[in-house]
Amino acid sequence: MSAHVIVIGGGLVGSAVAFGLLGEGQDVTILDEGDIALRASRGNFGLVWVQSKGDGMPEYAQWTRRSADLWSGFAEELADESGVETGYAKPGGMHLLLSEEALEARRDLNNRMHNVNGAAGYGAEILDRKALLEVLPGIGPDVVGGSYSPHDGHTNPLRTLRGLHGAIARRGGRYISGAGAQSITRDGEGYAVETPKGTFRGDRVVLAAGHGNKWLGPDVGLDIPLRPQKGQILVSERTAPFLPMPTHVVRQTDEGSVMFGDSHEDTGYGDTSSTDVIRDLSANAIRCFPHLASLRIVRSWGAVRVLSTDGFPIYQESESHPGVFSVNCHSGVTLAAAHALELAPMIAAGALSPELGVFSAKRFSHD
Amino acid sequence: MTDPSPRRLDESGAPVRFEFEGREIVAREGDSVALALAASGIRHLRDSVVSGDPRGMYCMMGTCFDCLVEIDGQPNRQACMTPVSEGLNVRIQRGAPVVGESA
Repeated sequence: MSAHVIVIGGGLVGSAVAFGLLGEGQDVTILDEGDIALRASRGNFGLVWVQSKGDGMPEYAQWTRRSADLWSGFAEELADESGVETGYAKPGGMHLLLSEEALEARRDLNNRMHNVNGAAGYGAEILDRKALLEVLPGIGPDVVGGSYSPHDGHTNPLRTLRGLHGAIARRGGRYISGAGAQSITRDGEGYAVETPKGTFRGDRVVLAAGHGNKWLGPDVGLDIPLRPQKGQILVSERTAPFLPMPTHVVRQTDEGSVMFGDSHEDTGYGDTSSTDVIRDLSANAIRCFPHLASLRIVRSWGAVRVLSTDGFPIYQESESHPGVFSVNCHSGVTLAAAHALELAPMIAAGALSPELGVFSAKRFSHD
Repeated sequence: MTDPSPRRLDESGAPVRFEFEGREIVAREGDSVALALAASGIRHLRDSVVSGDPRGMYCMMGTCFDCLVEIDGQPNRQACMTPVSEGLNVRIQRGAPVVGESA
């Protein structure tokens, strides 16, 4: 059965879901706010990352791993349909550890994750400094070890988004910008979404508006607890390849730029760069890889992560407004493949499968 | 790759001489390296790290990072943001520079 689905939000989350819905034969319109939006999809680091995700919620660990397993096929599909190579690569990923305490804490985390998910389900291992030096010869003297996961990788998030938009157009989806949703109301069996570009009617609605979901939720009986968290990123001039895999603080793109990241700030919805954080990011990256000190920084920016209050995704169909689904997560890059190839077919079929029940926002209510 | 008819709009300013790939370029005080090269008919400043294709000047205001050259041995210098000075040694940048020990 084909339905007309309105997807509110044209970032990585909304676009991945829309791409998947079109693949299921649905008729899709994406309503996007425009460039005044916070645009987490255009400001992130680009990791497709499994290790450390889902401590305390094994279903999230499994969901993340499922997406990572689907990612190369997903990237190929995007390249085939849009002509855009996303730059996805899966050489594994390294979390670098700068103290014995951090190393032990990470060892404990990996052991916990292995106990819950099994080694095959998780697969991150601790490397001591000697083993790490063989993989990453450029590390600094302060690095005591690392946690390596073969399931981690990275992509160019901008090209991923462009690939999605190209493939969506090719599959017959409509993308309308300057059409930020202002309200959602019932319209017969379906819903009407009011925007500055007019009112759009759909049989179903997917809320994929990032922080906007928090403001739109009450219209459709959804209480979605999200919080903003700023991350800042620095980008260096291009340099010859020196880093064979991404790390959680530094990654080198396929074109040679080096990105420094991993800051966490609670500064509301502001996305400006600040000198103190830039200094800390640089210092931390240079502790990990001292020769980065000779590189010039060419760009910096801040972006606001979309986090639920416990950090795990929220997927939920509204009980009072059936056919309205909300999709909320921090990891729009990592989860893009699962959103396109697993979540979208559920929405197309008209209901989230029971295994996603654990991701409902009901977990936040303590009756 | 040369433009057959480079034309300088402003001929004022004292001459400043520097080298590009061993060739003497006569610039004017206040020129950027990119401007001086453009006025001398030079368009090919580097080869793309990604495709190897030739790259030249584009935005002329520091934004596009297309006009990267090697100046006095230092790679990745923006020609449009570097003022000319007497005796600079400017080279075409081929590929990406290496940091630290070569990997």
